[in-house]
Amino acid sequence: MDFSLSSEQQMLQDSVSRFILNDYNFETRRKILKSTAGFSQENWNLFAELGWLMVPFTEEDGGLGGSMVDLMLIMEEFGKGMVVEPFLATAVMAGGLIALAGNQEQKNDYLPRIMEGQLQMAFAYAEPQSRYNLNNVKCSAIKTNGEIVITGQKSVVLNGNHADTLIVAARTSGNTNDNNGISLFLVDANHSSVKREGYANVDGHQAADIWFDETPTLGLLGEQGKAFPVINNIIDKATLAICAEAVGAMQIAHERTLEYAKTRKQFGRTIGSFQALQHRLVNMFIEHQQAKSILLMAALKMDSNNGNDAKALSAAKSRIGKAANLVGREAIQLHGAIGMTDELDVGHLFKRLTTIQFLFGSTDAHTKRFASL
Amino acid sequence: MNLNFTAEEQDFQQEVGQFLQEKLPKDIAEKTKNSLHLSKDECNEWQKILHKQGWSAINWPVEHGGTGWTPTQKYIFANECAKAGGPDVIPFGLKMVAPVIYTFGNDEQKQRFLPDILASNVWWCQGYSEPGAGSDLASVRTTAVKEGNKYVVNGTKTWTTLGQHADWIFCLVRTGEPSAKNQEAISFLLINMHDPKITVSPIITIDGKHEVNEVHFDDVSVPAENLIGEEGKGWTYAKVLLTHERTGIARVAISKDRLIQLKALAQTSPDGENKLLDDAIFSQKVAQVEIDLLALEYTELRTLSAISTGQAPGPESSILKIVGTQVIQAIDELYVEAAGYYSMPFVPDQFHDDFDGQCIGPDMATNSSLRYFNNRKASIYGGSNEIQTNIISKAVLGL
Repeated sequence: MDFSLSSEQQMLQDSVSRFILNDYNFETRRKILKSTAGFSQENWNLFAELGWLMVPFTEEDGGLGGSMVDLMLIMEEFGKGMVVEPFLATAVMAGGLIALAGNQEQKNDYLPRIMEGQLQMAFAYAEPQSRYNLNNVKCSAIKTNGEIVITGQKSVVLNGNHADTLIVAARTSGNTNDNNGISLFLVDANHSSVKREGYANVDGHQAADIWFDETPTLGLLGEQGKAFPVINNIIDKATLAICAEAVGAMQIAHERTLEYAKTRKQFGRTIGSFQALQHRLVNMFIEHQQAKSILLMAALKMDSNNGNDAKALSAAKSRIGKAANLVGREAIQLHGAIGMTDELDVGHLFKRLTTIQFLFGSTDAHTKRFASL
Repeated sequence: MNLNFTAEEQDFQQEVGQFLQEKLPKDIAEKTKNSLHLSKDECNEWQKILHKQGWSAINWPVEHGGTGWTPTQKYIFANECAKAGGPDVIPFGLKMVAPVIYTFGNDEQKQRFLPDILASNVWWCQGYSEPGAGSDLASVRTTAVKEGNKYVVNGTKTWTTLGQHADWIFCLVRTGEPSAKNQEAISFLLINMHDPKITVSPIITIDGKHEVNEVHFDDVSVPAENLIGEEGKGWTYAKVLLTHERTGIARVAISKDRLIQLKALAQTSPDGENKLLDDAIFSQKVAQVEIDLLALEYTELRTLSAISTGQAPGPESSILKIVGTQVIQAIDELYVEAAGYYSMPFVPDQFHDDFDGQCIGPDMATNSSLRYFNNRKASIYGGSNEIQTNIISKAVLGL
């Protein structure tokens, strides 16, 4: 057993960490959020240039390895800076689906463009009624006049408003809740039959609700009707990514709160000198450590099992959700009113830690899944 | 002991219900139920309707225009309002400064200020916290220096809720020696917000709202007649006010109604092929909050009953603040959970007075996160829950 990073991993971690420290401070992020696009194209180009967009892909696919530990290292640093560029949606989710299910021609077509930062993508899977049930797909793909067309609505599609190409989960056979009969299609996001309503989420990430009305596709991705395990696998990878992000965000939330407790004076002494608050800061620290540990467990287990370990992943999401909840709330409470202001990063860390608890399955949903596996 | 309402109380309940049905504007009720932004005009409209009925000041003595209701009547009124979507009155005038004025003010001050508060003709805000005086409120540094028959005020107040709309502010100011760090140097002063030497700067909170402000006083002249009671007694008056604030802070009636609505929402919210309330974990979490709320309701009723027999609300009323805010925050969190993916989209326009657009996703979903974020303040304001815990520890348990 050896938990030390390889020299390549160390370099990757250092380079992302340096970017967050030097080029992605809180004020820079604020400006990015206020911009029309809601993310920085310049940063996106930089991610491509530095090879970060290649990290989720195997060498065979032209990438840099694609291990869960590598993904964890990037996302933990991203969490510290609350990075809003659509790395998760484009590279991890959509790119991951193409790498996992696409044929060679599709891989050749899309993967280089993703890795070079030329293409924005999004994965449209959730629907208004589906909640976290990935098998619950109403959106239909049926043959009309010899051509497959998609009709239905997709909810809160991350990067959905900026994507050039969408990957859509649609039902080609069976009933709404069947595991069989779900297929993935590549779709031109700018087609006239696609209606997109874009918005920012409360955590600053861009998303959209999307309606398809007899929309033609750019092709089937993977085997028809057999997409369910592929979707599960990619959502699990994306879940590991946001778990790592949460661990990074928790670390900063705890550090900020600790700094504040050591400097803020009330009743003639620093508030960190009160034992009641000391214990709470220690609890936050323990939660962060426990979260970091279970994250590592899940990443290692997924890596040793061909990128796939649902039970370990759900254990991590459940435990990290619980930690994110406590650390986020306590960061605000121990700061007091100043923690509630838009001007301070701690409130934004809290918001991202909140959405992560519900994204890709709530804490309870993953506890239940862990128990069932 | 008797749990049931008397015949008179049942009649009263019917009267309140009928009044709300006839007089509460539907659009205001709808917005209140869905936690949407109410404009100043809408708040005024409702408070003036209440005033016309003689019900705007439920805690005031009858001689000043209060209702003279028993605790049971107040309980009934709060419950009926919550059920119907009648918004809470803005507390700063009616519930916060008025009790100080009618208890400690002179006759001239009572005549000058109370009628306009009662009729919602003027808006008040609270000038307590300062950048360096949060939980440690006694360390306020805003000074009021006596010069002839006026005070000259300098300093900064913060977290001033709705200060951007206020006509008047009630402040804790330091009138003693600048070096004095004791509570005896604090006085209670009423200041006109329209003074040009006062500037109000907005503070945007994490839910994107402009609710609180910083208020700066730069050589503001205040007539000495605006001092309440005696110099140096401000801390005593403020403590009375804070105790009043705490008894209303449990917000049991609103939490009860929010829980009922949450269950209705969960009963219809799809969870794939099932409904959310069929989920054993979710329904158990709802039940746990409901049980906590039942205990809280009876803690509040015991407090009210003690007040009706002439006892002042004691330090144990801090329990109401602590548990009340825990329940509020737990319910908010369940709403976020119920909204699922639709807890995420942010629609900033919804805070504008003229917003009539669509939120993203089903009703009540989009607001769920914002309300959850906003109500993190509940365990911070009015004396943080940590301060309330200290009060119980010292004043009740003698530790």
